[in-house]
Amino acid sequence: MRRVALEGSFAAAEAARIADVDVIAAYPITPQTHIVERLAEMVADGELDAEYIDVESEHSALSCLLGASAVGARTFTATAGQGLELMHEVLYIASSMRLPIIMAVANRALSAPLSVWGDHSDAMAVRDSGWIQVFAENSQEVSDLILWAFRVGEDRKVLFPVMVHLDGFHISHVTEPVLLPDKEEVDRFLPPYCYPLPLDPDRPVTMGAYGPPEIYSEAKKAQEVALRESKEVILRGWEEFRDAFGRSYSPVELHPPQGAKTLLLTMGSFSETAQLAVDQKRRKGEDVGLLSIRLWRPFPFEELSGAARDAHTLIIFDRSISFGGPGGPVACEVKSALYSEQRRPKVVSFIGGLGGRDVSQKEFEQMIDRGVEIVEKGSLGMYETIGIRD
Amino acid sequence: MNHKLSWRELEAGCILTQPGSASQYCTGDWRSRRPVLDEEKCNKCGLCWLYCPEGAITLKEDGSYETNLFYCKGCGICAHECKQGAITMVEEEE
Ligand code: SF4
Ligand code: SF4
Repeated sequence: MRRVALEGSFAAAEAARIADVDVIAAYPITPQTHIVERLAEMVADGELDAEYIDVESEHSALSCLLGASAVGARTFTATAGQGLELMHEVLYIASSMRLPIIMAVANRALSAPLSVWGDHSDAMAVRDSGWIQVFAENSQEVSDLILWAFRVGEDRKVLFPVMVHLDGFHISHVTEPVLLPDKEEVDRFLPPYCYPLPLDPDRPVTMGAYGPPEIYSEAKKAQEVALRESKEVILRGWEEFRDAFGRSYSPVELHPPQGAKTLLLTMGSFSETAQLAVDQKRRKGEDVGLLSIRLWRPFPFEELSGAARDAHTLIIFDRSISFGGPGGPVACEVKSALYSEQRRPKVVSFIGGLGGRDVSQKEFEQMIDRGVEIVEKGSLGMYETIGIRD
Repeated sequence: MNHKLSWRELEAGCILTQPGSASQYCTGDWRSRRPVLDEEKCNKCGLCWLYCPEGAITLKEDGSYETNLFYCKGCGICAHECKQGAITMVEEEE
């Protein structure tokens, strides 16, 4: 184990290196470029024995990895924003063909107007693509979650691709101290990738064959059940990670652990600022807490309702808009998850932090005050925006 | 693929492990019209055999051609290409 100062992007690249990936296919795009640039450097300098395939687009990057993963290679790529959108159709193919490609996504806003800065619009647009998806809060989590992603995605009971979301710039370009395990430690944690039915001329198989109406529904049901059931390995993977490296992860996190009357709910790096706001309010004696979601797919229904059930007010902060829809995507999902609960909090939805706009500790404090006020007045609307000039 | 399989019986990713199993797929099910050959008009030129996208037309010992209705999807290309007007597409109900 080494403690090093690393940019979030380099933490991602280092994790892929110590996981000993076989094939990387990538196309550069801000704010993820540093990840694949660093990996290209490692391959060129002989620090990593892998095939690095320069491709002409993100669509090709992921398509290349379908083939590589199908022959049994450990695969990695990274993208962001428009790049993730260009990959869109291939995302579904990767998950439906059950190819455990691991991808870091440095979350970026979608054009137009052109923005290279961060928000969660790209992630929300691929919400239903069948990948396991987690959101990191800092560089340490980026590297830890990527190592964990290989362990979980490649498990024979899982075989799903995994997206590790890290906020563009707020994580990708921030240098923080990161504990990096040695390769030997990772080798003990991460068994070799062994695809059960690889492309092999001696044992021919057909992948991605035509699925007429007589079989397509069965194929989708099987995929959906398998993704939900991957939860068991997801949790076990985190237990094994804790035993191997000493850091614990869970699908959602509650701060303080016993919960609070008013909960703020966030996802990704903004959770760290939100926590400062919560701590400030707690020092003033207010019964406020923070609930952050780490596991986005499969959605942690049980853990979420368990953590939110006893709260009176749940204030949800989203970094993307569902245009013409019922509010922020995270708020919508959380509301659906809580709908069938007998006891559930009142939910207030806020949208902000779009296209790289910061949300300060002060603004999170205002959000909490405003959320409580909305619930007290009983004036629950669809959602409000935060930090947007009126 | 066996179309009676339940979702529980599929391989992960719906992978097919039996090579060449596409030959068991009855593309003939798609057909709404079937080609009918008038042997009087046919000069055995083989154009229909060459153009059929399904490979559903086979050459017989005597040099004439026959359509395998298990695969013939009824596209009508053979009838269109036949210079002799020897192939007519007939509605399946007739
Ligand atoms: S109708 Fe189409 S599929 Fe059938 S034999 Fe003619 S060309 Fe082939
Ligand atoms: S194209 Fe017409 S003439 Fe030629 S072999 Fe076929 S049916 Fe006979």
